[in-house]
Amino acid sequence: MNPYALTIHELQEKLKKKEISSVELTKSILDRIDDVDEKVRSYITVCKDSALAEAKKADAQLRRKGSHSPLLGIPIALKDIFLTQGILTTCASKILSNFVPPYDGTVVRKLKEAGAVIVGKTNMDEFAMGSSNENSTFGITRNPWELDYVPGGSSGGSAAAVAADECIASLGTDTGGSIRQPAACCGIVGLKPTYGRISRYGIIAYASSLDQVGPMTKDVTDCALMLETVAGFDPADSTSLNAPVPSFGSELKKKVKGLRVGIPKEYFIPGTQPEVENAIREGIQVLKKSDVEIQEISLPHTEYATAVYYIIATAEASSNLARYDGMKYGLRAEAKNLTQTYMESREAGFGAEVKRRIMLGTYVLCSGYYDAYYLKAQKVRNLIMGDFTEAFKNCDVIVTPTAPTTAFKIGEKIEDPLQMYLSDIFTIPTNLAGLPGLSIPCGFDSKGLPIGLQIIGKPLDEATILRVAYAFEQATDWHTKKPTLRT
Amino acid sequence: MSLTREDVKQVATLARMELTPKEEEQLTLQLGKVLDYIERLNQLDTEKVEPLAHVGDIVNAFREDRVTNKPAIDSLLSNAPDREDDFFKVPKIIE
Repeated sequence: MNPYALTIHELQEKLKKKEISSVELTKSILDRIDDVDEKVRSYITVCKDSALAEAKKADAQLRRKGSHSPLLGIPIALKDIFLTQGILTTCASKILSNFVPPYDGTVVRKLKEAGAVIVGKTNMDEFAMGSSNENSTFGITRNPWELDYVPGGSSGGSAAAVAADECIASLGTDTGGSIRQPAACCGIVGLKPTYGRISRYGIIAYASSLDQVGPMTKDVTDCALMLETVAGFDPADSTSLNAPVPSFGSELKKKVKGLRVGIPKEYFIPGTQPEVENAIREGIQVLKKSDVEIQEISLPHTEYATAVYYIIATAEASSNLARYDGMKYGLRAEAKNLTQTYMESREAGFGAEVKRRIMLGTYVLCSGYYDAYYLKAQKVRNLIMGDFTEAFKNCDVIVTPTAPTTAFKIGEKIEDPLQMYLSDIFTIPTNLAGLPGLSIPCGFDSKGLPIGLQIIGKPLDEATILRVAYAFEQATDWHTKKPTLRT
Repeated sequence: MSLTREDVKQVATLARMELTPKEEEQLTLQLGKVLDYIERLNQLDTEKVEPLAHVGDIVNAFREDRVTNKPAIDSLLSNAPDREDDFFKVPKIIE
């Protein structure tokens, strides 16, 4: 098999045994990008020279004796929301189209310390706002399984790059489903860890009480290896959790027998594509054979989560994005006075969806509406979190569909923002509750598009999610399927 | 609750965004639809529910106030739309 098609844990062995060098591996990835990215368009920036230099350094380190990080010499792609020193970082926005960060964010620093090779920056929905990657100022990323379909979003470029073997693994961010939904759409594994598990320092903010970084990988083992490399307390992020980071990789193979799996009835609703529901039901049967206990549970406030999300996330966004004023960095329009400079810079620099969310967020925070919208949403957020707290008294993980449908056609939902927002109904509640959630491939629909199964866990209990996901992966072969990149 | 075009204009001013007439028209319609959807929250009695601003238990994360980074004047200013010497140059603030 071509090196680009392998996983981190497979390559780790090959690098250790000198069957391949990091430079050879990195070249294989760069060639693959040359071959297929014209079709898929996963990348905004490919860092060819610096990647090869990093690979060379990794090879020197590999020649030294001693234990190495599992990511040493592995080509990784980063969503273009991570600040990378000296490398263009746009957040897929016109307003940041020339922005070159003066420093690395914490996770980027950790990846570099682990000896990973940063191969490039992937496409996304502008400022992580979207579920289809159609809101990028740099063009639309395509779903490697069917090129006329969206890859999901907002981490769609990362998901497509992993699925199309244009990197070995990637990091994305997830505010309302932006790792898990594209992972489901592209047939890969995507994990949003517990809020605070991974530092947000040096990541362009969208909605600060919901944003979280996470791995997007070809299988569960790689997901665990990525997570243990980038997780952990960071004094530079005041919401970072000071909790020990388990060795996720070595806990994967522990037995799942006797674990209690909750199935919430509110996640099996009319409007879900029947093929998706069937695949999830079959996935539950697969888990049952590993001797877990399946039980129906209830998360009664699920139907309110999307409404809560579009108040809280947009309110936080309207405040976070106030910094783009054309003064210290980013696009500045020439105008007759200061106020007009702000107004015209923001008009010219933001795309339609970003403007919509800033407008909505500003509206719900307006005096007079604050109680009716923002305060109300915070109260219902508490009810949603309470649902999970109650449910987890009787179960260890919760299993649901990741998204109500498989990937949709490019252009299908762009005119109807509300329909687009509803793509995330099954992923949003975990962000509101700060819980970890993972999407794993569990089948295909009749068009050949992948389906994702979501596993939600207790706070800081990514280890149990990964164990259940690993057991599922051992019993199925969905993760071994590769797209053919046909039009 | 219906959203008017005047509301949209006023919010755009608060958000410091110049909108084209077409954008105003579209946003009135699209945001109106989203706000109608959000109305469903009023089905819930939340009189006795505490608002949740944040999921963690973290209260005031303090750390020592000391400089940890090296000066990076040039890399910072290289992103500036306009500069003069070691300063950001911005439009006149007081007319």
